[in-house]
Formats: sequence, structure tokens, C-alpha cells
Amino acid sequence: MIRFDNVSKAYPKQNRPALRDVTLEVEKGEFVFLVGSSGSGKSTFLRLILREERASHGQVHVLGKDLARVSNWKVPQIRRQLGTVFQDFRLLPNKTVAENVAFAQEVIGKSRGEIRKSVPQVLDLVGLGGKEERMPGELSGGEQQRVAIARAFVNRPKLLICDEPTGNLDPQTSVGIMKLLDRINRTGTTVVMATHDQNIVDQMRKRVIELEKGRLVRDQARGVYGYQH
Amino acid sequence: MRAQFVLSEIGVGLRRNLTMTFAVVVSVALSLALFGGSLLMNDQVNTMKGYWYDKVNISIFLCNKSDAESDPNCARGAVTDDQKGQIKTDLEKMPAVDSVTYESQDEAYKHYKEQFGDSPLASSLTPDQMQESYRIKLKDPEKYQVIATAFDGRDGVQSVQDQKGTLDNLFGLLEGMNIAALAMMALMLVVALMLIVNTVRVSAFSRRRETGIMRLVGASGFYIQTPFIMEAAVAGLIGGILACGFLVVGRYFIIDHGLALSEKLNLINFIGWDAVLTKLPLILATSLLMPALAAFFALRKYLKV
Repeated sequence: MIRFDNVSKAYPKQNRPALRDVTLEVEKGEFVFLVGSSGSGKSTFLRLILREERASHGQVHVLGKDLARVSNWKVPQIRRQLGTVFQDFRLLPNKTVAENVAFAQEVIGKSRGEIRKSVPQVLDLVGLGGKEERMPGELSGGEQQRVAIARAFVNRPKLLICDEPTGNLDPQTSVGIMKLLDRINRTGTTVVMATHDQNIVDQMRKRVIELEKGRLVRDQARGVYGYQH
Repeated sequence: MRAQFVLSEIGVGLRRNLTMTFAVVVSVALSLALFGGSLLMNDQVNTMKGYWYDKVNISIFLCNKSDAESDPNCARGAVTDDQKGQIKTDLEKMPAVDSVTYESQDEAYKHYKEQFGDSPLASSLTPDQMQESYRIKLKDPEKYQVIATAFDGRDGVQSVQDQKGTLDNLFGLLEGMNIAALAMMALMLVVALMLIVNTVRVSAFSRRRETGIMRLVGASGFYIQTPFIMEAAVAGLIGGILACGFLVVGRYFIIDHGLALSEKLNLINFIGWDAVLTKLPLILATSLLMPALAAFFALRKYLKV
């Protein structure tokens, strides 16, 4: 699903590379936590998967494709097979919940009939059935994140990338979001989640990848958070 | 891609930047009106050249008795019949010459009376004060110099005059004005392009949330950029339509009505409506494509896809 071969990433005008010689593989259907302090390279790791950045050295394979060989205009084709969820939800404030989810299908040219069928379905899945016509501003943080997850999942991606999805949420709401992500994972979707949330990592007992100053320092099946603040 | 979705995005974008859109429309309209105007001016000058150069003569003025006393070119006295005959045969031998006509003193007097009959100077003139002349029509009006070198300074010749020289001054003035109009146009065009680039930048910035999400869910670059490009194209096209309006109204009021130059200056044949109408498609196409291209290149810088 994801393979990094000796990947390094250096940004211009920065003397220390953001990632140094990272090699790892994520199999189909896995649930992977990505941990590490701020500046450890987590965001760069995710940006490389999303092909927002290109690796300076080494190869990044996502969904069987070498991203270095994917031309710019074909990048959207790859992103359609990925779902993304962020800490700040990234919803459109002037569109309803249903419209926000439908937006992800409109922009890739899905038909109206398809959208009408799949939007209520995915909203039911994330537990927001009946809130289709609400505006994002009227919802709690947890509910907004559910909308974002619904949008990320509505096109049935093979891989879900989450960048601190619980970062803005209280512990109880976070648990709800994690249950949802776990459910999505059980449908066969691979989930890669960057997080700082120690409790969640310790409870879920999934694979943990730890980065420190751009290096892969730990890759542990059924791991714990381990990193001390 | 759903047309309705895209159209509503364009409408929202144009209204959001209403002042900027207005500035783009006006600057595109003015620059293209100047562009069309100078194209038409060029047509006008060419029409006039064609018309006038056909009528233009070179005149070889011959010395008369009073010139023999006053003009150094005629120091050897008034022209003789021999000299006249020689000039005429020489002229007719030259390949550049189309036709030669002789104007006697009496004819010159008559023409002068016709043109300036009422002036006090005309009444004091007598025929023997007028000059005899040869009026020469050339096959190519540009070949004036050949005649001038052959006959200037010859005995009995007072001067060789090219009427085209006088006209060229006029055409030079018109062409100078034309170049000034084109320079203005170029300046306005730069202003229009800078406004478009800036509008696109503001537009891209105010919609960065939408475009960011579009990117995330895998919308194609074409899909993300189209609303911005269409916005610029629509604003440009409105400007182009205004420019076309300016030209049509301009011709109507300057030539036919209002200023009505076609009545006042009936010596000039003015360009017709066909000349105006053939420029309009060019202006409309420019108004549509130029802003679209400007937007396209601006987006490469301000909208990461």
C-alpha cells in the first residue's frame, strides 16, 4: 500500500533534512500510528504520501505507484484513491453537511444520482444521519470531524491519511472518532494516523512508527506511545 | 464536469470582486477601443493614400520673365521654346513617367482664379505673372527623386515640386497619431493585464479553502482553474463588447452624424462600415483570450494545484 525506500527529504534553506533515510512498508488493511515530537518529520511523511512534496532521495510508492514517476497532471488521479482528515476539519462553512460531503464527489465528476445515494449512506456510517441540512458552524467539534471523515470516505478510498484528527477534541469525543476510524479500518481501508494523543495510542494497540529528527527510530507492532513529552 | 456548478462558481467570483471586475472591464474596454481605433486609423490613412497618390502630380515650374529677374534659378532668363521642347521629349523618354501635360500661363491663371477667385491678391494678378509648367504623372509615385535629379537646375526650370511631399507631411502626422494611440493601447493593455493578474490573485486567495479541499479530494487542475479563467474571460469579454460599442458609436458620430466629417470634408473618402465590422471579431477574440491567458499564467503562480 505504502512503501518508503531510503527516503530523505530536505527543504531548501534548511540545514537539517526533514526526513533521513526512512525505509518502511505499510500493508493493505493495516492501522498505523505515526508518532514523534513536533518537527520530527511526521507532516513531511504525510505530505510525501499525498505527493504534496517530492522526496529528495529514495522512492515513495503509494498504491503500487512510484510517486516520482507520476506526472503532475496525474496526481489528482492518485489523490482520488486517498482520503484525508485534518486537525482543523477543513469544511466549507457556507455549505451544509450534505453539500460538504457531496463536494468531494462533485469535483471529481460523479453523477447526481450517485451523489444522492452515497451521501446519506456515508453520513449514516459516521453517525450523522438526520443532520444533512445543518451547517458546520452549528455542529460540535466532534461532529464536524465526523463530517470531514464522511467526506474523506465517501469516495471509498483504499487509504485514509489522518493528521492529528483528534488534536482539537476532548478525550471522550476523541474516543468516538477513534471508534469510527477503527470501523473504517475494518472495512479494509488502510489508515495512517499521525498523532500526539498518548491515551489513544496506548488503548488501540496498533502498529506504531516513531520518527525523531527525521529518522525512523521505532517500528513496533501492537505498540504504545512511548515518547515522553 | 457539471456546467451549472461551474457557472455558479463564476458568478460568485465575479460578484465577490465587483470593484476589481469593474476595473478589468473598463481597462480592457479602453485598451481594445484604442487598438481598434488605431487599426481603423491605419485603414483610413491607406484609403486616403490610395485615393490621393493617384491624383498627385510632380510639377516642373518653368521660368517666366519676372522670375528671370528675381530668382537665382532663372538667372539665364525666361524659358525658351527650344528648352520646353527638350524637357518634354526628355520626360517622355523616361520609363518612370506615365503621362505629361503642359499647363500654359493662361491655364495656370484660369486655375488660380477658380481656386482663389475672391481673394484681393487674385484680382491684381495677370496671366504673364503666372508660370508655365509640366504636370507629370508617375507610374510609381515614390519615384519622385528620379525626376528631381534630372530636371532640377536645368536651364529654364525654376523648380521641381512634388505634391506628394505635402501629402506625406499630412500622412506622417496621421501615422504619428496612430503610433501614439498604439503606445497608449500598449500601456492600457499592460494595466489591464496587471489588473487581471491581481484580480486572479485576490480571487484565488479568497477561495483558497475551497481550492485546498478540491485538491485534497483529487479534483483535476483543469477543474480547479477553470472557474478563475472563465471569470477573467467573462470580464474581458464584457470589456471587448464595450470596446466594439465604442468603435461603432465612434464611427457613427465622427463620420456620419454628430461631427459629420463626411459632409464637411468631402475631399476625403472615409472608411466604410465594412472596415469597422471586420475589426470587431478580432477585438472580441482578443478580449476573451488575452485575459484568459493572463489568468492561466497568474494561476500557475498563485494557485498550487
